[in-house]
Amino acid sequence: MPDKRTKTIRTATLARVEGEGAMRVRIEAGQVTEVALDIYEPPRFFEAFLRGRDFAEAVDITSRICGICPVAYQMSAVTAMESLCGVEVGGQLRALRRLLYCGEWIESHALHIFMLHAPDFLGYAGAVEMARDHPAIVADALKLKKAGNEVMRVVGGREVHPINLRVGGLHRVPRKAELATLVEGLERAREIALGAVTLTATLDFPDYEQDFEFVALAHPGEYPIDRGRVVSDHGLDIAPADYMTHFVESHVPWSHALHSQRTDGSTYVVGPLARFATSYDELTPLAREAAAGVGLRPPERNPFRSIVVRSVELVHAVDEALALIADYEEPDAPALEVIPRAGVGHGVSEAPRGLLYHRYEIDADGTILDAVIVPPTSQNQTAIEADLRGVVERSLDLPDAELSVRCEQTIRNYDPCISCATHFLKLDVQRV
Amino acid sequence: MAAAVGARRPPGVEVVEHEGEPITLIEACEGAPALWIVDAVRSGAQPGTLHRLDAAQQPLPAELFGVSTHRLGLADALELARALGRLPPQVIVYGIEANEFEPGSPLSPSVARSVERLADALVEELSAAVNAA
Repeated sequence: MPDKRTKTIRTATLARVEGEGAMRVRIEAGQVTEVALDIYEPPRFFEAFLRGRDFAEAVDITSRICGICPVAYQMSAVTAMESLCGVEVGGQLRALRRLLYCGEWIESHALHIFMLHAPDFLGYAGAVEMARDHPAIVADALKLKKAGNEVMRVVGGREVHPINLRVGGLHRVPRKAELATLVEGLERAREIALGAVTLTATLDFPDYEQDFEFVALAHPGEYPIDRGRVVSDHGLDIAPADYMTHFVESHVPWSHALHSQRTDGSTYVVGPLARFATSYDELTPLAREAAAGVGLRPPERNPFRSIVVRSVELVHAVDEALALIADYEEPDAPALEVIPRAGVGHGVSEAPRGLLYHRYEIDADGTILDAVIVPPTSQNQTAIEADLRGVVERSLDLPDAELSVRCEQTIRNYDPCISCATHFLKLDVQRV
Repeated sequence: MAAAVGARRPPGVEVVEHEGEPITLIEACEGAPALWIVDAVRSGAQPGTLHRLDAAQQPLPAELFGVSTHRLGLADALELARALGRLPPQVIVYGIEANEFEPGSPLSPSVARSVERLADALVEELSAAVNAA
């Protein structure tokens, strides 16, 4: 007779997703014997695609990797090229880029918190179903997202796949008056974001903690977004150029994506929990107050609470965007001149879902000879699988349907960048 | 398409070229008594095939409008608008079966002909709707 505690939880792919996510968890006699998450990774194509192109083109080519975090790809690309060519973009040009990045964080975090992740906690199949019962929550989410959209449009040139970033700076700098039009929407967004912290903190969190190394960027005096050294809560502190000597990517048989690990084989995590753990003190006072108000302290090791940390980061991003606008002075020129030279450049920045590393080799004419892109989702994949194992082990008494939902929720803790729809994974439970 | 219809649009009709970002799409259609959307689709039919769907009555088939991997699609945007009570009372969606989605690829001849044909039909349909109102 089959052991009732033996079963396989398997995902089928949703038809409308081009980037497939699939998952399989096997439980034998009450023991989790196999966890496999297969994520299709578009960036792999882009690396080959970039070879032979001009160094100034990487910013717009890599932007196409993701419709949710194009600015992250653009910023990692331009900073890699600029560092390679010995140029540092500072002052108001950098402030504008950081403002644009804040816009992306606002958009992306608002989408994930409210539309993709909250339905898991509140028991809905997706945002549309949730909107029928909680229209006010979804209407607020739309306002937040709109505030982010507007920043992207005014600073980046358009809401989706912005076109205003270039190696050396921007194509066009906005007038002070243009940025002033963003303030009202952002002030409203700040109130909604503060409400999101309170709301998400009241959700029901499964009891689970992880103990992985938290890896994020860090720079004195600022919350990590567009630059910094690569640090961790285990004492790592390296320049971006040394990234590849401390982290390795390897193939696993069950996934198209590369798995990233520390060179000693240990598992690490990037994203909101890592940034919160390593740069809590750099959050704006308002964001820190919001965190303290709901009893959130670093390090937070329950990945399900990442929805609260993401909300705190949302407060920070809105708050900082307002500060950048208040301090804005129109720069004299939209960009610095950047003359290519042969060499290797490294660019890192914090995509909303975690650290994004780019490495380029170019020749003296500026032609790209080689490109390596390590996206956050690939870096988190090992941790996601470990979480799945841990969560399933603690939830074996749940009915199959609930266990499947719990698995999906576990994966979404990481805001994996294959989230085209409300639910990218459909799970079937099969008893063996 | 937007240019072809825009040049001949009847009075009172606004033509918007939209990237498909769901939030601004919901905003753009708010308060309008009727909405027509034209988008590229991929269902496996012959390139250039025209689909006409009434989205006021029922959700769009998501598999027809899900060409993006990383964001909410048109079907999701309309369902969100419906759930929030912001969907116009009349919503017609035209889908033109695309040939390929490669960046920078030009319209294939069969798709280009369908665009022209649909533009003509749409101008007539809009005029009839304006006259009826």
